[in-house]
Amino acid sequence: MNHFVLHDAHDTVAVVVVEGVKAGMELNGWIMDDNKHIKMTARQDIPIGHKIALKDMSSGETVIKYGVDIGKVVAPIKAGEHAHVHNIKTKRW
Amino acid sequence: MSVISKDTTFMGYRRENGRVGVRNYVLILPVDDLSNAACEAVANNIKGTMAIPHPYGRLQFGADLDLHFRTLIGTGSNPNVAAVVVIGIEEGWTKRIVDGIAATGKPVTGFGIEGYGDHETIKRASKVAKEYTQWASEKQREACNIKELWVSTKCGESDTTSGCGANPTVGNAFDKLHALGTYLCFGETSEITGGESIVAARCANDAVREKFMFMFNRYQDMINRWKTDDLSESQPTKGNIAGGLTTIEEKALGNIQKIGKKCTVDGVIDKAEMPTHPGLWFMDSSSAAAEMVTLCAASGYVVHFFPTGQGNVIGNPILPVIKLCANPRTVRLMSEHMDVDCSALLQSEKTLDQTGDMLLECMLRTANGRLTAAEALGHREFVLTRLFESA
Repeated sequence: MNHFVLHDAHDTVAVVVVEGVKAGMELNGWIMDDNKHIKMTARQDIPIGHKIALKDMSSGETVIKYGVDIGKVVAPIKAGEHAHVHNIKTKRW
Repeated sequence: MSVISKDTTFMGYRRENGRVGVRNYVLILPVDDLSNAACEAVANNIKGTMAIPHPYGRLQFGADLDLHFRTLIGTGSNPNVAAVVVIGIEEGWTKRIVDGIAATGKPVTGFGIEGYGDHETIKRASKVAKEYTQWASEKQREACNIKELWVSTKCGESDTTSGCGANPTVGNAFDKLHALGTYLCFGETSEITGGESIVAARCANDAVREKFMFMFNRYQDMINRWKTDDLSESQPTKGNIAGGLTTIEEKALGNIQKIGKKCTVDGVIDKAEMPTHPGLWFMDSSSAAAEMVTLCAASGYVVHFFPTGQGNVIGNPILPVIKLCANPRTVRLMSEHMDVDCSALLQSEKTLDQTGDMLLECMLRTANGRLTAAEALGHREFVLTRLFESA
């Protein structure tokens, strides 16, 4: 079962695609472009469709998804944590 | 090997100007808000006709007025429409719309309410609407080549599964259609923000690229002129955010998946303008779902791919909207709205080629007459785009 998917091997966040992901769960991830698989442990509960951080990131760092820049970190994130509007913001507006 | 090839046909209605439609509507079209009541009364009198009331058409001017006319004329001209009765408060602007639609060769008549009143107008218009509906009911479908099917796309209530599943499914279908020389369309200008260089790189030549960047920058300027914050909850919307989308850049990269891996962007049109040659067209347009689908219908597109994540429910009065979704929770909880379930993609149970073909199969069935979920549910959102206040 794929618990999360990412587009590109360089992505620093991935999308949870199943319901019921809880802190402590070991998750299987699918890299869509390469058709490879990775693992990650959830540090927090993450709702379906929300993102999980794949590495530790500090404030100001660029978030990579689809292999490109999709925004900046505004509060430190640890690998396995919920990555969303509370710690990532747009660079554009 | 896809489900479609250069020899694929569908059963469509060939109109007087050679264009092919997949529906056969008789429209009762109001020029302005004052004429809604009369239009609805005519549609109630004459079965098989449809009124599309709207709130605008008064004291608009300049580019905003031009867009109003272009949208109404384009809607009446769409090949999914067999014939049109137009009703306006006065005869001048009514005639302008009638003449615009008449250029297609289809039956169209207009009525002005001033000097007659509602009752007399409803009587006169009902007589014509009855003729039209009986005439249209004898129209037969004929086999037409797939190249003659114009397909548009817009995503709505997106979430992260849109970018992972539903939008790439559209992209796969678009790649296959593009290769056959069909007319295709995508837009949602503000929602390219963060991915504009990717779209620019896909433009077929410098002229197209320049026009695309002009439209993109014009929209950015408008947003920058009026914004009071970073637009979070507006773009992305609250629904997008609840579904897991965090930034406009992330939303844009998901949005852009709809143009596939191979399509070139072959032309750029303004809101409700008609494309002039086969290929994928970028239309400058709102990201608000019903506005954009209304513009696609006005531009002449006859089938619409609408990928959703959190569950957008809109349809359109004349353009059949096909809903596809890769979010298993949405597909489960809002099943009545969904036409194509592509959630198997995210579990690697189906490939993109397979879900792309599922969408194309649904497209063919829809073109041949099968009602989409939105049609069966009676979703007929007709929403005009405004550029600025009335005078």
